[in-house]
Amino acid sequence: MLELKNICFTREGKKILDNVSLTLDEDKFYVITGPNGSGKSTLAKIIMGIEKQDSGEILYNNEDITHLSIDERANLGISYSFQQPVKFKGITVYDLVCLASKKFLTKEDVCQILTKIGLCTNEYINREVNDSLSGGELKRIEIASVSVRDSKLTIFDEPEAGIDLWSFDNLIELFKDIRKNTNGSTIIISHQEKIFDIADKIILLKNGKIEKIGNKEDVIGSFNNKRKKCCHEGCINNE
Amino acid sequence: MNNIDNELLKTISGTFSYTGAYNIRKNGESIDRQTTPNIDIVSKKDKSGLDIYIKDNTTNESLDIPVLISNAGIKDVVYNDFFIGDNVDITIVAGCGIHSELEEDSEHDGIHRFYIGKNSCVKYIEKHYAEGFGLGKKIISPVTEIYMKDGSSMEMETSQIRGIDDAIRTTKAKLDNDTKLVINEKIMTHENQKAKTVFEVVLNGKNSSSKVTSRSVAIDKSKQYFISKVTGNNECFGHVECDAIVKDNARVTSTPKIVANNINASLVHEATIGKIAKEQLVKLMTLGLSKERAEETIINGFLN
Repeated sequence: MLELKNICFTREGKKILDNVSLTLDEDKFYVITGPNGSGKSTLAKIIMGIEKQDSGEILYNNEDITHLSIDERANLGISYSFQQPVKFKGITVYDLVCLASKKFLTKEDVCQILTKIGLCTNEYINREVNDSLSGGELKRIEIASVSVRDSKLTIFDEPEAGIDLWSFDNLIELFKDIRKNTNGSTIIISHQEKIFDIADKIILLKNGKIEKIGNKEDVIGSFNNKRKKCCHEGCINNE
Repeated sequence: MNNIDNELLKTISGTFSYTGAYNIRKNGESIDRQTTPNIDIVSKKDKSGLDIYIKDNTTNESLDIPVLISNAGIKDVVYNDFFIGDNVDITIVAGCGIHSELEEDSEHDGIHRFYIGKNSCVKYIEKHYAEGFGLGKKIISPVTEIYMKDGSSMEMETSQIRGIDDAIRTTKAKLDNDTKLVINEKIMTHENQKAKTVFEVVLNGKNSSSKVTSRSVAIDKSKQYFISKVTGNNECFGHVECDAIVKDNARVTSTPKIVANNINASLVHEATIGKIAKEQLVKLMTLGLSKERAEETIINGFLN
């Protein structure tokens, strides 16, 4: 469903992505991992159109989307969950979920969506998506705004960033649920072994190149000599 | 009241329904009025305006005092004094709608003074709006003075919706013990419009607090000035927040001043001025909104 051909991206003299080619199939759950600075987030942003590659092509369901804007790609069924959720003054949680779903939702509908991601809905529905919410709350709302879109391809950029351990376990359950009950493909940018467990395929990026594509054992094997734990138990990051 | 008047009325006072106490002023004269046993409205004898008396313990009542101007060339100055008793709970809706198709300027200056009794709770909503293609300027200079007795609270929502060419809005308040004042201002200016806001809050009472929030959007070549001064003379809390979005060649100036005359006064001023944040646009575009629609959504949310 998604084909990246020879994607190159260089900034300030550094090759962030070096001739990356990749084919992703329908209804699969992918994890892209690799050390900090390996180009994972840049690749995710290039798929969504947030960053423009210097060269290379992107095909989505055999359509060339290389030059399409962010909203055009979104309307073709691609979604993107931000690593750092965006805050808005004056836009409520209800407003954001309705905007994302592109249809009228009753407050009860939105409450059901929020309950699924573990938010106590009466407290949140009319709150503004701003600094008054904690990092974990903002992250859940960000995930809700993406999951409500029923996309064919959904990209999560480091969903574990900025959330506590307790929320992390719930996040894993949420992704298991997405994997089981959602049609379409998912790409998660992650350092977390627990997320690897639910992936169909793991793509290892290093120095802007794809080093390996395989299952958890294959990829972790590539790290074995240099991995160490950092922010969470099970976090793979060789920096 | 013609169709234009009715439309203006709907815009500045959407909930108005000829129930409760009201006074409608059109082109410089009162044209309709209703009082209730608890709310009396009396025309001033020495100048244009009203003395409004709200009895002690009045609750579950509303007061509407809309002003309509459809004759270009009018400069309407009105002095309204609100004498609010003790233990009152009331919503007051005021506002000015101007319709002008002619060359002459039209101006409305509403000078409102609120004397709020002990333990009373007032919600005050004020909207300003102008329309019409006449070259004459639509000008407003509202002045609001608020005097709050012990234990009282006031929430003021003031907005300049659209079409006002020149505005200077001045709000002054003096707070006694255990009082709370919340002011939310929303302003949008276009083309060559100018809007100036002046807030002066004096926190005299122990445990008095004020929170002033101004959100504004300046578009085209419009200019906005925000001036605030909060003085703390006792153990008190004052917070002023000015957030502005600028587009095109618009300019916004924010001038804060906070004065603590007491060691236990806690005063804060925050000001943020800038264009729409890129990541906000990108987020909404990832939800399928075009750049233009995303901008509109962000501005509408910001002002609503």
